[in-house]
Amino acid sequence: MRTISHEELYTAVANLLVQANFHLPDHVYQALSIMHSTEQKPLAKETLNILLQNATIASTKHIPLCQDCGSVIVFLEIGTGITINGNLEETINRAVADTYTNHYLRPSIVKDPLFDRTNTGTNTPAFIHVEIVEGNYIAITVYIKGGGSENMSSLKMFTPTADSEEIINYIVATVKQAGPNPCPPLFLGIGIGGTADVAMLNAKKAVLQKEPHPKEEYRRLEEAILQRCNNTGVGPLGFGGNNTVAMVRIKDAPTHIATLPVALNLNCHSLRYRSTIL
Amino acid sequence: MKTIDLHTPIKEYDLQQLKAGHFLTISGTIYTARDKAHKKIAELVAQKKPLPIDFSNAVIYYAGPSPAPPGMPVGAIGPTTSYRMDAYTEIMLSLGVRMFIGKGSRSSEVKKLLVNYQAVYCSSFGGAAAFLNQCVLDAEIIAFEEFGPEAMYKLTVKNFPVIVINDMYGGDLYADIQ
Repeated sequence: MRTISHEELYTAVANLLVQANFHLPDHVYQALSIMHSTEQKPLAKETLNILLQNATIASTKHIPLCQDCGSVIVFLEIGTGITINGNLEETINRAVADTYTNHYLRPSIVKDPLFDRTNTGTNTPAFIHVEIVEGNYIAITVYIKGGGSENMSSLKMFTPTADSEEIINYIVATVKQAGPNPCPPLFLGIGIGGTADVAMLNAKKAVLQKEPHPKEEYRRLEEAILQRCNNTGVGPLGFGGNNTVAMVRIKDAPTHIATLPVALNLNCHSLRYRSTIL
Repeated sequence: MKTIDLHTPIKEYDLQQLKAGHFLTISGTIYTARDKAHKKIAELVAQKKPLPIDFSNAVIYYAGPSPAPPGMPVGAIGPTTSYRMDAYTEIMLSLGVRMFIGKGSRSSEVKKLLVNYQAVYCSSFGGAAAFLNQCVLDAEIIAFEEFGPEAMYKLTVKNFPVIVINDMYGGDLYADIQ
């Protein structure tokens, strides 16, 4: 049995949070850059230019990419061959609180959703999802999700006989309806199948997949959704243009004979996340 | 792109020349207010209590910046989504606000109010918060400090970029796109 110390876990989470909040992942920057070079409309092009400059300024001047430093979502894969000497949840929350304080990141979490919306002041608690896996490692992903794009999330329970065309129509309509609000160009995570909750969680995980879906039919669906969304004309930040969605990723799951859940995670252009393995 | 430079305090003819789709850069004084500040201002108005500032001809920016790191007036400071302030917009207009800056679309009710009150709604650049930090020369908390990032800030800005979404004639950039 391998032991991972809580200090190691703390340091890893703290480093990932700094990386995620100040440095746009390379593939996200590249996606914005490609859209900038292909965009035809002057205002859309200028908008993408500003977003690229934003990433450079954030990184070089150590200013957060966005003032909304998000909800901290943590995905953990914990191997059966390891133990952690310390309290997992407490360690992660301490890393979040310290990093948000030390790096002047905005705390955006309130203590109670309805009856006491007092800011906790530390951006804790983080929202932690644990999966137990074979092996003697911990894989950690931190994902920073802003409130404006989270508010545009959507779930639809289709009847099981629905076809992919109906699903595409729903997704395109949701993206169009959301318009400028979630800060396009969007990175779109889609959870298909499972139960309602599993689909929502898969929509979150899907957007963190760099590679297209391994199965041909889902890959074609990702491409079709991308193309149709980009024909809406919403454009960067909703100012009009050909680039409304930067990337589409699907995560599927088996489901019940009576159900076909489809969950949408509309991530803004500032897709902020980092992963590491201990 | 062709831009219009606007200096605060904004004057009548400044607003009259603005049309949906125009690219503006704003220099001067603007005030932040987001969800909690709006709710509080509405309460103060209802209770006929003193307000934190004189809102006549004011520019309100829907934003809640990240904390100021040492050596900077403010942290990251992009716009927040505007529709959440729709319910409070008439109160702000009746107090004299002439320009709102945020991001995203407004209700049809707000669009009518903008025409009635001869005011303008602009979008800044959502998620360009580090870029926009560079346009802020000075920042001072002027009210509701207890709200943390939702406090009201007085900002001194230079060449702060925005796009006119809803002009005072009913023009609507987002509707033109849809």
